[in-house]
Amino acid sequence: MADNTSDIKLNADSFKPVAANNVDEQEKISAPSLTFFQDAIRRLRKNKAAVFSFWLLAIIILISIVSIWWTPSDPNAQHVAYANLPPKIANGSIPGFTGKANVGGNIVDKYAAAKVPKGTYYVLGTDYLGRDLFSRLMKGVALSLLIGLLATLFDLVIGVPYGIISGWKGGKTDTIMQRIIEIISSIPNLVVVILMLLLFTPGLGSIVVAMGITGWITMARLVRAETLTLKTQEYILAARTLGESPLRIALKHLIPNLSSTIIIQTMFSIPTAIFFEAFLSFIGIGIPAPNASLGTLLSDGQKTFRFLPYQMWYPAAVISIIMIAFNLLADGLRDAFDPKTQE
Amino acid sequence: MEKILEVKDLQIDFDTFAGSVKAIRNVDFHLNKGETLAIVGESGSGKSVTVRSIMGLLANNAQVTSGSIDFKGRDILKLSNREIEKIRGNDISMIFQDPMTSLDPTMPIGKQVAEPLLIHGSMSKKKAMARAEEVLELVGITNAKNRMKDYPHQFSGGQRQRIVIAIAIVNYPEILIADEPTTALDVTIQAQIIDLMKELQNKIETSIIFITHDLGVVAGIADRVAVMYAGKIIEYGSVDEIFYNPQHPYTWGLLNSMPTLDTDSDRLYAIPGTPPNLLNPPKGDAFAPRNPYAMAIDYEAMPPFFKISDTHYAATWLLHPDAPKTEPPVAIKKRQAEFQRLVAEGKINQPEYEEEGGVKDDAE
Amino acid sequence: MMQNNPQPQERKKLVEVKHLKQYFNAGRRNEVKAIDDISFEIYEGETFGLVGESGSGKSTTGRSIIRLYTPTSGEIEFNGTDISKIKHKDMLQFRREMQMIFQDPYASLNPRMKVKDIIAEGLDIHHLVKNEAERDARVNELLDLVGLSHDHATRYPHEFSGGQRQRIGIARALAVEPRFIIADEPISALDVSIQAQVVNLLRDIQKEQNLTYLFIAHDLSMVKYISDRIAVMHNGRLMELSSADEVYNHPLHPYTKSLLSAVPLPDPFYERNRHRKGYDDRIETDGQLRSLKEIVPGHFVLATEEEVAGYQAAAEEYHLDD
Repeated sequence: MADNTSDIKLNADSFKPVAANNVDEQEKISAPSLTFFQDAIRRLRKNKAAVFSFWLLAIIILISIVSIWWTPSDPNAQHVAYANLPPKIANGSIPGFTGKANVGGNIVDKYAAAKVPKGTYYVLGTDYLGRDLFSRLMKGVALSLLIGLLATLFDLVIGVPYGIISGWKGGKTDTIMQRIIEIISSIPNLVVVILMLLLFTPGLGSIVVAMGITGWITMARLVRAETLTLKTQEYILAARTLGESPLRIALKHLIPNLSSTIIIQTMFSIPTAIFFEAFLSFIGIGIPAPNASLGTLLSDGQKTFRFLPYQMWYPAAVISIIMIAFNLLADGLRDAFDPKTQE
Repeated sequence: MEKILEVKDLQIDFDTFAGSVKAIRNVDFHLNKGETLAIVGESGSGKSVTVRSIMGLLANNAQVTSGSIDFKGRDILKLSNREIEKIRGNDISMIFQDPMTSLDPTMPIGKQVAEPLLIHGSMSKKKAMARAEEVLELVGITNAKNRMKDYPHQFSGGQRQRIVIAIAIVNYPEILIADEPTTALDVTIQAQIIDLMKELQNKIETSIIFITHDLGVVAGIADRVAVMYAGKIIEYGSVDEIFYNPQHPYTWGLLNSMPTLDTDSDRLYAIPGTPPNLLNPPKGDAFAPRNPYAMAIDYEAMPPFFKISDTHYAATWLLHPDAPKTEPPVAIKKRQAEFQRLVAEGKINQPEYEEEGGVKDDAE
Repeated sequence: MMQNNPQPQERKKLVEVKHLKQYFNAGRRNEVKAIDDISFEIYEGETFGLVGESGSGKSTTGRSIIRLYTPTSGEIEFNGTDISKIKHKDMLQFRREMQMIFQDPYASLNPRMKVKDIIAEGLDIHHLVKNEAERDARVNELLDLVGLSHDHATRYPHEFSGGQRQRIGIARALAVEPRFIIADEPISALDVSIQAQVVNLLRDIQKEQNLTYLFIAHDLSMVKYISDRIAVMHNGRLMELSSADEVYNHPLHPYTKSLLSAVPLPDPFYERNRHRKGYDDRIETDGQLRSLKEIVPGHFVLATEEEVAGYQAAAEEYHLDD
């Protein structure tokens, strides 16, 4: 090491003993205090894709909430005269939203042909019954998000408690509860829905019941596995030796420590549920006409896809964006909550 | 003695959200051929980071900001990844703390031991397996021939650590780095592993860097000892010098806080407080706030190394000629007396002092 | 400490373990006899050291005593009552009187809770404070007791070092004013200099609050330092039980001797000249019935009737040397 004694001015005072420090000084913690969630959010912020997805979803959710009270026009109102109008915005100067279509090699202004009054236009066009597709898309997205919300609800209300009880009790209770889960999950979802059709008319009700039967199983399994590890942690043992009741241990110790698992799994089960509904509606056993859902929009659009592709492109794009955004956000959350999975 | 490895002025920072943590601050040391150097320190003192930098195994957010590590005339820090891989497991190998996670549970142990030989392509598979068997025998796995096909879970904790050691020495490395290899083991197993390492050192003539926080283990295995605190080496010397004639108040504290069999005082000596946060390392001696012998200068300037003997240096202002004479704690004085007795009885060689019992202030 | 002549007869037994057996997966193929018929007692005010290697059953013993496990057979009496017969309504009181300090300072504190809520957990459960102000005051008092500063109350466990965390764990246990504390390897995960802090702290509060400890550890030198009496455990059984000095200076059972010869000491000269003693466990597994026999007053060894004479001779030899 370099000789650096010469740089330092030494004098008699330099070697005076210094009184011992007090406790506070010796035990000082200089790093800023961050809670677990603050730390996770800090890491999440670094993930650009997740942040972008978050804001995108926030906008989509906002628009859907608006659609409950207001849509550009009535999504179920039919105007047969205005059927199959292409997208048009304002004066039709934006490419792709001109209101013109290619009919037998000629570009035709369909709005003029249908004698649509000036000032009336449909942003995403109309379908074969002349219904405003933009309004129907708004309603469809709102319905999808409602399905997502219900899936979350089932995850939280059935999945989480089921998993905690199964993992915490262990032994015979756990064995029985796990066998039940295995039996339920061995029945394909589609079969469950078709069985539901015997009891209910097709619609939101039967989809919700089907989800209630099967949708929470992944959550319950994850929570159980995590609970099994957590319950041998010493802080849980400490709570037991202090005389804490199992219910309070679950609320105070288990749920806060399960929260990251729960949030991440919810983020993954929302798009699964949305896709499930869209799939059922697409094959015709989901949401009945005339109500709009992403599935029925896709199904209708698919029939005329070769001639009027816009009727399918837009719903397809929206469902893809929602799915990707939820998955990216979920991935980002997982990395943020569990930094070990990175690096 | 021939120096096989020389670390000079090593400085490593870790980038964290709160700023850069100065984990290693100007560390210098060397390893002689055939010796065991123990690096002693508490968690967070930087001992593991130091040896990981030798192996090229630093975390992604670590940055070597200055320094060099000379091995066979080359600076390891300047080598490409591929060149480091050639050295790793071949010339320098490492044993980790936990024998449970150091082995691949899905691979038979014979294959695991032979793997370094196959990776470095130095021999045929048949020869490699023969060598693996030989080395397993060497580390004391009885009936090695028949156990080559067994999986890690079929061995006890102590045996697993022997297998881990076998993997590390199968290439007869020139340097073996052991990062707390006995911490996870029971005392009786620990004793066996230490004996094994000493025996192996004689047989395959390797040099060992032994990282530990356990001074008892150090006394049993080391030739030389370096004590680390807050990212710096604060004292180094031969094992006798460190244990019988320590000079740094931190070394005093460490030795003092271990009860020996004849400790009968009512309280153990405890170093108060906790180690400093290296996010903002203190200006002077990092140990000053916990040091009952602290002086004004300790808060202002980092102490240089003061020479005690040719092999023994300590970085504390107490050794400055102008510093007032300090009385080390009673237990340390006992150690010094014990040392004098052992030397007088000819049981330990007296290290060569520049000046009888005195201290020189010329830094290295 | 180091009361060289404890007079057990005069002292009150606080904990009495009688023929405790703790089997896991009992009756199945993977049955583990974690504890296989052990008996001992702990007197009020003493520190009872329980030493053993991993898998010896020492931690299981602690957890059985505090009723984290239900024993397979045998009795555990605390303060004269059999703990397996404690009624539900009296359970809370039992939980107050007996507390535990855990091994891993990283796993023993809930990472999502503030330090003050961790320490106050027992206060809340047992309704020991009336309001928030009283709760904060009590938490500060406990922080002082374990040498931490009041600002630490609002921080989270991950911000603390191992030694500080262990002291938070101690404060949590002390909050309910227990009489008996089981310290399950409380220092084995800590750095050397910090171990001494924690051990000193444990001794200080023992004196101050007249606590009784069961100190479980594998580090023999620390156990000797802190304990009045020591029991050596191996394969779920007690090998030897006596005062700390007796076990260290006059070990009789070959397992104890082997264990002592393996303890590393910070003394290079001693280390160079040490002779490790091996241990042949046939003395436990030869199928003969053995139980703890008193060889000299207060010094028990696991032995058959025939072996007693041999141990007595060995004990006599030690005392001639002294």
